[in-house]
Amino acid sequence: MTRKYVVARIGATVLMALAATLIVFLVAHFVPVDPIQSQLGDLASSKPEIVARYRARWGLDKPLWQQYLIFLEKLSHGDLGESIATRRPVLDDIKQYAPATFELGTLATLLALAVGIPLGVMAAVKRDSWIDHSARGISLVGVSAPTFWLAFIALALFYGGLEIAPSPGRLDAGAQPPPYVTGLYLVDSLLAGDLGTFHSTLAHLILPAVVLAATTTGVITRTTRASMLDTLDQDYIRTARAKGLREWGVLARHALRNALIPVFTLGGVAYAQLLSGAVMTETIFAFPGLGRYAFQSAVVLDFPAITGITLIVGLIYLIVNLGVDLSYAAIDPRVVRR
Amino acid sequence: MIQAEAQAPVIPVVLVESHARRRFRRYWLPIVGALIAAAWGIVILLGPSMAPYGVNDVDLTARLLPPSSIHLFGTDDLGRDVFSRVLLGARLSLPTGLAVVFIGGLLGIGIGAVAAYAGGKVEEILMRVADVVLAFPPLILAMAIAAARGVGVGNAVLSLVAIWWPQYARLSRSLILVQRDQEYVQAARALGHGPVRTLARHIIPNAAGPMIALLTLDVGNAIITFSSLSFLGLGPVPPTPEWGAMVSAGRLLINQWWVSGMPGFAILSVVLAFNFLGDGLRDWLDPRSRQR
Repeated sequence: MTRKYVVARIGATVLMALAATLIVFLVAHFVPVDPIQSQLGDLASSKPEIVARYRARWGLDKPLWQQYLIFLEKLSHGDLGESIATRRPVLDDIKQYAPATFELGTLATLLALAVGIPLGVMAAVKRDSWIDHSARGISLVGVSAPTFWLAFIALALFYGGLEIAPSPGRLDAGAQPPPYVTGLYLVDSLLAGDLGTFHSTLAHLILPAVVLAATTTGVITRTTRASMLDTLDQDYIRTARAKGLREWGVLARHALRNALIPVFTLGGVAYAQLLSGAVMTETIFAFPGLGRYAFQSAVVLDFPAITGITLIVGLIYLIVNLGVDLSYAAIDPRVVRR
Repeated sequence: MIQAEAQAPVIPVVLVESHARRRFRRYWLPIVGALIAAAWGIVILLGPSMAPYGVNDVDLTARLLPPSSIHLFGTDDLGRDVFSRVLLGARLSLPTGLAVVFIGGLLGIGIGAVAAYAGGKVEEILMRVADVVLAFPPLILAMAIAAARGVGVGNAVLSLVAIWWPQYARLSRSLILVQRDQEYVQAARALGHGPVRTLARHIIPNAAGPMIALLTLDVGNAIITFSSLSFLGLGPVPPTPEWGAMVSAGRLLINQWWVSGMPGFAILSVVLAFNFLGDGLRDWLDPRSRQR
C-alpha cells in the first residue's frame, strides 16, 4: 500500500467530513419552524428589542457563512447544542446512550458473520441443493422484512407467547446496572465479578441482537455465495484441485480467503444497516441506546438532538469507510493501482 | 419411412415443453413476485369497495378482537377492522415507494448522464455532492430531513428522494462511461450522430438492463424506508391507515400480535414481491448469470 494512497484517502475523508457538517448545518438551518418563535414564545417574540437581542446572542443576525463558522467552532468544542426534550447537552446524551448500542451492534455483527459466511459458502459449494435454496430464502426474507416488524414478532412470540425471553430492556426492571467502567454491561459486570448480571445482560441482548442481525445476515449470505461462486470458477482453484489437494483444503485455503474480500467491503454498508436497524430494534425492545434516543427525538421533533445524532453517526460512518478502504487496499494491492 | 415421418413432428413438441418447464423452474419466483404485486395492484384499484368495514369505523364494543371470520385480521384498540385498514394502507405505501424510485431514478440517472457527458469540473462537483449524501446512513439522514420539513407524506417522500438519487447517479454515470468507450458508440459517432442521439439510441438501451433491475429491487427498499419513517411518526398523520404507522401504534400490544403483525406482514409481502421481480429481471437481463 503506497503512502500516497493513504494520504489521499485520509484527505478525502476530512473533506467529506467538512461537507457532511455543511449538509447538517443547512438541513438544520432550513427548518420551517421559526426557532425564535418556538424558543421565546408569543409574548417575547412580539417585542422587537428582545428578538434583536436573542438574534445577536445566537448569531442569527449574521450572514449564513458566518453562522456556519460559528457552528463549526462550537462543534470543535464538542458543542452540539442542547436537547429540547432532555434539556441536556446533546453530546452528553449521546455519550450516555452509545455504549448500549455499541454492545448490541457488536453482538449483532458477530452473529451475522457467524451465520452468513458459512451459509453463503455452503450454498455456493452445494449449488442448487436444498441448502442453497434455503440459504437464498433466508437471505431474501432477512433483506425484505422490515426490522421494526421482525422485532415486534420476535418479542410477541418469545416474550409474550412462549415466555422464554426476558422482558424488554437492558436488564430486568429494577435491577442495578454494574458499576460504571466502560458502559458496556457485559464488560462491566465481568470486571465487577458479577456473573448474575452478566447472564442477565446476555439474556436481554440475544433476541434484539438476532433481530438486528437479520438484514445484515441476508446481505452477507448473498455476497458470500456470489463471491464464492465466482472464485470457484477461477483457474487457480482448478490448479489446486489438480495438485490433488483435498476438497475442503481447496475451499478453506484457496477459495474462501479470496472470496471473503468482497464480503469485507460490506463493512460500511453493514454499519449503516445496523444503525438504521438499531432505531427500530431498540424502540421495540425498550433498549436505552442511541437508536431509541433517535426515535424519541424524532417523535417530539427534538431538532438539536436529531441533527446531533445525524452528524455523529455520519462522521463515524466516514471513519468506518476509511478503515474499510485502507484495510481493503492492504489485503488487495490491485486497489491502489486502479 | 412412414414411422419416421410420424415421429418427426413429435420431437420439437417435447423439446418446447421441456424448455418451457425449465424456464418456469428458473422463473417461478419472479412469476410469484409479479402475481403478488398484481394482487396488490387490484386491491389499490378497487380500494374501499373491497374493504369489509370503513377504515375509521370505531367500535369500542369490539376492541382487540383476535382474527376470526367476522374480522379476518382482528380489530385494533379502537375496534377498527385491521383487514380493511391493511387493504387501504396499500394505497399509500405502494404508490409512495414507486414514486420515490421513479422520481429519484429520473433525477439520479439524469445527473449521472450529465456528469458522464460533461466531464471535468461539472462531473467532479456532481459526483462529490452524491458522495456526501451517501456519507450518511440513509434512514438517519432521511429522518433528519423529514423532521426538519415537518410531518406529512409529501415531506417523507421528499426526504427519501433527497437520499435516493445519488446511487442512481453513480450507477448511470459508470454505465454510460463504460458504454461510451465501446466501439459501436464510436462507430455511431463516426457516422455523425450527435451526443443526444447517441445517448438515446445507443447508450441508454444498452445500459438500461442493470438500471431496471436495480430500480425494481429498490421499490422494496423504498417501501421499507417509507414505512420506517412513518413508524417513527414522520409519515402520514393518524388516523390515516399506513402500514408502518399501524405497526407503530400496536407495538406495545404484545399479546394482541395481529394489530402490528398483520400490517407488517403486508409490508413483507410487497417487498418480497419486488425483490423476486428484481432478482428475476437481473438474471434475465444479464446473460452471464443466466447460465448459472
